[in-house]
Amino acid sequence: MPKIVFVEPGGGRREIDAPVGITLMEAARQHGVQGVVARCGGACACATCHVYIDPAWLSKVEPREEMEEGMLESAWEPRENSRLSCQVHISADLDGMQVTVPERQRLD
Amino acid sequence: MISTILVIGAGQAGAQAIDTLRREGFAGRLVLIGDEPELPYQRPPLSKKYLSGDMAAERLLFRHRAFYDEHRVELKLGSPAVRLDTVARQVELANGERLDYDRLLLSLGAGSRRLTCPGATLPGVHYLRALADVAPIQAGFKPEARIVIVGGGYIGLETAATCRNMGCEVTVLEMADRIMNRVVAPTVSRYFSEEHSARGVKIVCDTRVVRLEGRDRVERVVCADGSSHAADLVVVGIGAIATTELGRAAGLTCSDGIVVDEHCRTSDPNVYAAGDCTNHPSPRFGRRVRLESVDNAFEQGKTAAFNLLDRPVAHDRVPWFWSDQFDNKLLIVGLSQDYDAQVLRGDPASRSFSICYLKGRELLALEAVNHSKDYMAARKLIAERACLDPEKLADVRVALKDSF
Repeated sequence: MPKIVFVEPGGGRREIDAPVGITLMEAARQHGVQGVVARCGGACACATCHVYIDPAWLSKVEPREEMEEGMLESAWEPRENSRLSCQVHISADLDGMQVTVPERQRLD
Repeated sequence: MISTILVIGAGQAGAQAIDTLRREGFAGRLVLIGDEPELPYQRPPLSKKYLSGDMAAERLLFRHRAFYDEHRVELKLGSPAVRLDTVARQVELANGERLDYDRLLLSLGAGSRRLTCPGATLPGVHYLRALADVAPIQAGFKPEARIVIVGGGYIGLETAATCRNMGCEVTVLEMADRIMNRVVAPTVSRYFSEEHSARGVKIVCDTRVVRLEGRDRVERVVCADGSSHAADLVVVGIGAIATTELGRAAGLTCSDGIVVDEHCRTSDPNVYAAGDCTNHPSPRFGRRVRLESVDNAFEQGKTAAFNLLDRPVAHDRVPWFWSDQFDNKLLIVGLSQDYDAQVLRGDPASRSFSICYLKGRELLALEAVNHSKDYMAARKLIAERACLDPEKLADVRVALKDSF
């Protein structure tokens, strides 16, 4: 099973076994990773599961779609490597990927 | 000294309250009581990806079982609370077990409004609210099975879209003159009507169901004008009613929901309530509301947890909602009542547009169809009570956030 390393706000590291097929957000939530709020549960409707993907892994992650782009624009401190973790599916290619959770999520 | 907190209702609000209580350091006895046997799970996918079989039940869970063990949460699932005594501060479960509390949270949710016409209880008539409701509907997914949906609201239309994708013949019967009439502008209703029709869903408005007929199970739905719709399966989605019975019987003030203040306190000082079951003040909109909303349940659950621990936090949110129908995403933020103008941004023919609701120049609400940018901008603008220029609003070349 692919392992994903989450860096939580504050710097804590969590290495998680993430089954292929679920999303990065689901893997984080099921293990209670701090800072991945995922208010809407994965519907791409809230931008509270925002994460930064380690740039070295970006090419292995599915590209953003338009709805996600629009959401990310208003996320907390978006960057080039920002993703909504509910839109990234775990695949074998992502084994070992490091994901950083931002200090905050936009909760208004 | 608060040594025991009971949470009755294991949906979004209850699950969130548990989480926050432990996160905020509550170290006492914490018990989560739920009607259903499953660990707390998300309901929104039930009419969408879970119904279509694209999402396994495991993925609906908020947390794995280990989370509850780790956080010392006693789970009492599958045995509903049947009696609340606020004087003795005790709750009785259906299995006879009695639990004492210092503080209590009611996160009871809402139940499906029932069809009451003749034939409404025939086999083959379904509602969609709980996990257990899904399998009997899925059992009816056969090519060309005729599914009649009563009610053209979110649940009815999401279910219609999913059933159609599964190859069924789908008819939606709506009493009002347009679908989703209580929640969206006519332009949005029209857009979704056309989307459903283009995919082969038959939508009939201005029609009232008077009777369901069938020998051993439902075979047809009969309307007031005498029209009849053949049905192998019926799904009813005609709204929800706040679940208040436990509180009402215990003497808590209820009025379209369990009445709470901005701190989620009910009329009893040791009892709090959160989520769809509450009737609560909305400071932003200056009136009391009852919402069926994931975000509201989540936020109230969290707010209630702080207040349960005597840390006063007020609940003041701009509500938001979403719906997925075929490949369309409808995003709604704010409350549109009391508006005096609607402004259309963009062209519905482009499949991406939004409707702004203004009171004077103040933005009250926005409905975005496949337009996440406007929706996200509106969340901030509505919370800030921003006043906008209607002419700039109508011009899609001006970003919503710059429409002052």
